[in-house]
Amino acid sequence: MVWCPDWAVVAGLAEAEKPPRTPAAVLSANIVEVCNGPARSEGVRRGHRRRDAQARCPELELLAANPDRDARAFEPVLATVEDLRPGVAALRPGLLAVRAPGSWFGTEANAAATVCQALVEIGVWDLRIGVADDLFTAEQAARTADVQGWEVVPVGGSGAFLRTLPVHVLEGDGAQGREVVSLLQRLGLTTLGDLAALPGEAVEHRLGRYGASVWRRARGEDPALFAARTPPPELEAEVAFEPPLDSVEAITFSVRTTAERFLSQLARHQLVVTGVRIEAESDGAVCSRRTWLHPRHFGPRDLVDRVHWQLQSGVAGSGVRSRKDSGAVRAPIDRVRFVPEVVEPAAAHGEALWGGAADDLVERGVARVQGMVGFDAVRRPVLQGGRHPAARQALVPWGERAVDLRPVDRPWPGRVPGPAPVRVFAAPPLAEVVDEGGRSVAVTERGVVTSEPCRFRLGAGVLPWQPVSAWAGPWPVDESWWSGGAGLSARFQVVGADGRAWLLLRAPDGWTLEAGYD
Amino acid sequence: MFEDDGVPVRPAPTPLDPARSVVDQLRERVAAMERKPARAEVATLPGLAELVPLHAGATYGVDSAGLALALAAGASQAGEWVGFAGCPDFGAEAASELGVELSRTVLVPDPGEHWLEVTAALVDVLRVVVLRPPATVDARAAGILDSRLRTRAAVLVVWGDWPRVEARVSIEESRWTGPVAGGGRLHERHARVVVRRGARPPQRAELTWPGVRVVTPVLADLREASG
Repeated sequence: MVWCPDWAVVAGLAEAEKPPRTPAAVLSANIVEVCNGPARSEGVRRGHRRRDAQARCPELELLAANPDRDARAFEPVLATVEDLRPGVAALRPGLLAVRAPGSWFGTEANAAATVCQALVEIGVWDLRIGVADDLFTAEQAARTADVQGWEVVPVGGSGAFLRTLPVHVLEGDGAQGREVVSLLQRLGLTTLGDLAALPGEAVEHRLGRYGASVWRRARGEDPALFAARTPPPELEAEVAFEPPLDSVEAITFSVRTTAERFLSQLARHQLVVTGVRIEAESDGAVCSRRTWLHPRHFGPRDLVDRVHWQLQSGVAGSGVRSRKDSGAVRAPIDRVRFVPEVVEPAAAHGEALWGGAADDLVERGVARVQGMVGFDAVRRPVLQGGRHPAARQALVPWGERAVDLRPVDRPWPGRVPGPAPVRVFAAPPLAEVVDEGGRSVAVTERGVVTSEPCRFRLGAGVLPWQPVSAWAGPWPVDESWWSGGAGLSARFQVVGADGRAWLLLRAPDGWTLEAGYD
Repeated sequence: MFEDDGVPVRPAPTPLDPARSVVDQLRERVAAMERKPARAEVATLPGLAELVPLHAGATYGVDSAGLALALAAGASQAGEWVGFAGCPDFGAEAASELGVELSRTVLVPDPGEHWLEVTAALVDVLRVVVLRPPATVDARAAGILDSRLRTRAAVLVVWGDWPRVEARVSIEESRWTGPVAGGGRLHERHARVVVRRGARPPQRAELTWPGVRVVTPVLADLREASG
């Protein structure tokens, strides 16, 4: 049994790229769920509220709870132990079990030392190892061990080892465990030995099924073993170039068969890939890495296109091409690797027997346009929620999935009513609105218009000075005042003498043209 | 994820109109199929069908974003793919209200100097392409696109100047109902639209936005035509 204490914090800090000795805590619903040693020494405890924890330790790093991240970060640990002894079971992130490979390494202590060394080499410094007959005893043994140390309970010695432990070790079982601990303490039972000495039926009567299982575990009679995981199939595919290639065209030409092999080995597992990470290595180091998402799933041609765009973007002097990726490819590439990030069962993506041909054609045509003007110059419009017209839509690069969209079905108070504008300016041009005396029209703190708009002009050559024939507003908004928003602004619908209507925004620093109802 | 992107479903062919003779209608359909793709009709919004019937292979000129959207909306609604080139100020919400199916819409907001190649590539695969030419267009460039259009049975809607168009649709006069001196909000737009086709007398109609409906058949053009 290998135990890495406070794994959620370790994983969180690693993701936030903070040093591992920073006091930190993982919060869930504003309650400290896990905290690490440095935080504990400042007095932070599990179950504290956020501000109590911060009061005790102001420099506390607060991390959001994310079980996926913890599991992801634990994966290399599993793989390392798996290298030494197959049949590893991840009980939860931070805790893994493996049959002690004692006879191979001589003694169990030797085995523990080997595992410990291997894990320290991959950067896991806080780990403890327990060896025992059953899972529960092994976990408790690991908890009593020191940092990078091990505790070996001899064969048949589980009962004797557990008898001395205080009952609060059961708190590790969660809410149910905490309840039983509090009850046992009130009953005057302070060690697991006291509990184990009670008659089994009586414990089951009083404490229910969980109590009975605790009683069995405390006697070292728990038969529960673990189901070892099967190592996940190797789905990556890579191609090496010898000698290294420095032309994007040559590389894209050479990766085609690899792309096909990559997809066919996924297809053998009845999978299709919808998110892929493409890595290019130059001189043994990854020099360009990017994750691509596909609205449906990748085909060989899509993958080759992605490789092209990714490498092209790094080549100097590519002009109008994609400007998205900063990982420049200036050195010759000697290896390209496809790593599946999101795979889905192929059944969910089956194509209809008929139809779909026209869409295929469109995909191909659009890919050609992307080849001309760059990957992110071709867009797909999607709607999202927001208060002003530009926020209510998003232009997603063609072939990518829309992420982080605001929900459309919320009320969005403060949005301008009326028909949606036909023209929405992504970069709003400046505008001017003046009253009869030629003074700029403004809006007071209370949302009152200082004077009647009389004439207006739209910048960037959209419209010269023109009288206002009708106007409506203001619709005041004060968005993001908590994070440096523009301040109190107001929107106006203004109809010019030519019968065209515009949506103008009066921000504290002047007028801008947001949209047109052309 | 699949619901978002939605593989577009092709609508069933429009049912026959029970009021008319079935044989006649079928004959029309067969005739439409036998014709070269160049003259096949492209679906338009009901409000515009009488005024500006779109023919595949033709170029139409408009002078406002609203009209360009309205011309593209009909085809998109009927299950075709549409594209917008050179329109960085595309209003997605207005488009979707008008009936443009956003999942079948391709945008090239800023094609830059490649606008002609981009438009030609879009014309290859889309049914209606709206283009806002960034510069003045000479007859040669227009000719390249014209021939491409005819072979591909697509419609080009140009928002701006174009050397040769099948019809030019423009807004002569428009007014908004709704706002009164600060009160109210924009409600409806009434516009008099004029369609000019070569040497033929211009045709006028009163349209309302949003939703592009014909208000009344205008007889003014008859009067004007007769002097």
